[in-house]
Amino acid sequence: MSKEPVAVVGIGQTRHVAARRDVSIAGLVREAALRALADAELTWADIDAVVIGKAPDFFEGVMMPELYLADALGAVGKPMLRVHTAGSVGGSTALVAANLVAARVHRTVLTLAFEKQSESNAMWGLSLPVPFQQPLLAGAGGFFAPHVRAYMRRTGAPDTVGSLVAYKDRRNALKNPYAHLHEHDITLEKVQASPMLWDPIRYSETCPSSDGACAMVLTDRAGADRAPRPAAWVHGGAMRSEPTLFAGKDFVSPRAGSDCAADVYRQAGITDPRRQIDAVEMYVPFSWYEPMWLENLGFAAEGEGWKLTEAGVTELDGDLPVNPSGGVLSTNPIGASGMIRFAEAALQVRGEAGEHQIDGARRALGHAYGGGAQFFSMWLVGSAPPAG
Amino acid sequence: MSAPLRDVAIVAFAQSDHRRRTDDLSEVEMVMPVLHEVLRRTGCETSDIGFTCSGSSDYLAGRAFSFTMALDGVGAWPPISESHVEADGAWALYEAWVKLLTGEADTALVYAYGKSSPGSVRDVLTRQLDPYYLAPLWPDSVALAALQAQALVDAGHTDEAALASIAARRRADASANPHAQLTGARPQGDHVVAPLRTGDCPPIGDGAAAVILAAGDRARELCERPAWIRGMDHRIEAHSLGVRDLTDSPSTRLAAERAGAFARPVDTAELHAPFTSQEVVLTRALGLGDEVRVNPSGGALAANPVMAAGLIRLGEAAAAVHRGDSDRALAHATSGPCLQQNLVAVLEGDPR
Repeated sequence: MSKEPVAVVGIGQTRHVAARRDVSIAGLVREAALRALADAELTWADIDAVVIGKAPDFFEGVMMPELYLADALGAVGKPMLRVHTAGSVGGSTALVAANLVAARVHRTVLTLAFEKQSESNAMWGLSLPVPFQQPLLAGAGGFFAPHVRAYMRRTGAPDTVGSLVAYKDRRNALKNPYAHLHEHDITLEKVQASPMLWDPIRYSETCPSSDGACAMVLTDRAGADRAPRPAAWVHGGAMRSEPTLFAGKDFVSPRAGSDCAADVYRQAGITDPRRQIDAVEMYVPFSWYEPMWLENLGFAAEGEGWKLTEAGVTELDGDLPVNPSGGVLSTNPIGASGMIRFAEAALQVRGEAGEHQIDGARRALGHAYGGGAQFFSMWLVGSAPPAG
Repeated sequence: MSAPLRDVAIVAFAQSDHRRRTDDLSEVEMVMPVLHEVLRRTGCETSDIGFTCSGSSDYLAGRAFSFTMALDGVGAWPPISESHVEADGAWALYEAWVKLLTGEADTALVYAYGKSSPGSVRDVLTRQLDPYYLAPLWPDSVALAALQAQALVDAGHTDEAALASIAARRRADASANPHAQLTGARPQGDHVVAPLRTGDCPPIGDGAAAVILAAGDRARELCERPAWIRGMDHRIEAHSLGVRDLTDSPSTRLAAERAGAFARPVDTAELHAPFTSQEVVLTRALGLGDEVRVNPSGGALAANPVMAAGLIRLGEAAAAVHRGDSDRALAHATSGPCLQQNLVAVLEGDPR
């Protein structure tokens, strides 16, 4: 028996900022959930189940916070499932929710991801000891900088490519009212002159630490028929994982990432991602990950990703816009960041992305990754229902 | 929900010997033998598994992203389709079941683990509570269970003697369970928090468990008598204890109803009741009579590795079907303070 098609009919986000001192954790998630319900013109009573995701519980200091959030998310008397797959969690959470509809277990599901990073210090929370290495990491940048350097060495990419990505994403964020960073006076020179944090990653090429939540209402074909605004249809979705460290691991282009993309493209009937996909929301917490993921996801040949970035292909008006929302470089409530990518991809194909809308976007990819570049989740959404 | 779209069964179950301390083992070292064992039972290799899902808690491990290390025990290379829930492994099994129902995979490996020994689990679990109004008071898990037990006593549903007899029965049952931590006759002891005595409380310990799920004909290939999942559902209640009737478990009853548990009687029930008083609540909520074998494994009163104990209930119920000891079993898992969240699955063997 074939799967039920899954549609995104409601999307809600908080306005992401460094610290939401005006709301509790419950207040934060409820804000995003209510916006998603309003977008779908549904109420709590229309929701059959809630699937919630976030990154480590230590970020807020609450163990399994979904237990306490059951009331705020209208989940009392309903199933509530909590997903945690590191930085990819926002994407994974959406996929788990989508499967509930696809398997016809439930008809309409609310999925939500959040992080309230102002409750702790995320940089030190992410400074995990790596076995058999000197404990010299300070934040995720310390872990990823050597892999960026390896990419530069391998491809001969000029030093300036990272700053081009940051300059683009921060300008894109100016068109997105929900983005955390709105740097109206940003210039390429300022990015290039910003302090070096983890060589070769500069301060302005690094994601912020944000408080924020993102929610989506997913539903079946009948639910989509009743929806007041256009739906985004899920054409493919997949997760892939590989170990943190092992002999032969390619940190620059992890196989779990390329396998995951290949699975999604197969489901969605994509044979030429560069031509067939109209917009990409990819998880780029450090600027250089844009050219790295362009190769890993099959948008560019090996060693060629930086050339797309340099040529302006990934700009808002390029032929493969990447992170029109401003991306993780402009907004990073870690647990929510993956879901924001998925939701922004859906906004594009619904034609609801506002000022950062890509004209005529019909197919968009949402991408998330986490851990030591080892957990991947992606979905491809389209403006038309999947064939069959 | 109506009947599932696809027949999915638990085809194998394995668990560690549950121990008070495992200072000599990392989480990976604790999980690996269990994974090897469950794969060996089916003759599967890692590459035969279509989806992998695990359950664990960073707060028990005392570090963020703790599950990433456990992944090393799975041998996730080439890369695997994999997910993780920050909850008891029973919910990982639920996620895997849904994945199989979509048809995207035909087999799934589910595992869970927890080490309570490195910290004070009574204190750690207080971090699950409302961070603004409740957690600052550090009410521990035994104190909250005692509130529930006292409410039961006050309502006339049980008394200390009845609770003591549950404690004695479970540890006697556990004598036949080689993995159990607490077996045989045990003194009921002093009050830990009245009315709960030492015997009413679960042992604190470390352990791991794993099951393999398979769909349709694949299940029949891998297992002589698969434990078919006829239905599975989970429900959550309000978090604040003050707005709940602690003597009842409406979420368990609703989950059981949605899982089809009341369509026909079950012969066996594995209930995730860490405290004797919670077995009273669950037995009442599910309407289980004396003819039902409850917790023949000894249940969580005999071994309670937090984050795995719920998955173990599903595994034990399935193993009873595999062995031919049960034709229709109910398995239950819980999460949160005083049975806030509950999962119920109904497992059946093919007619003999």
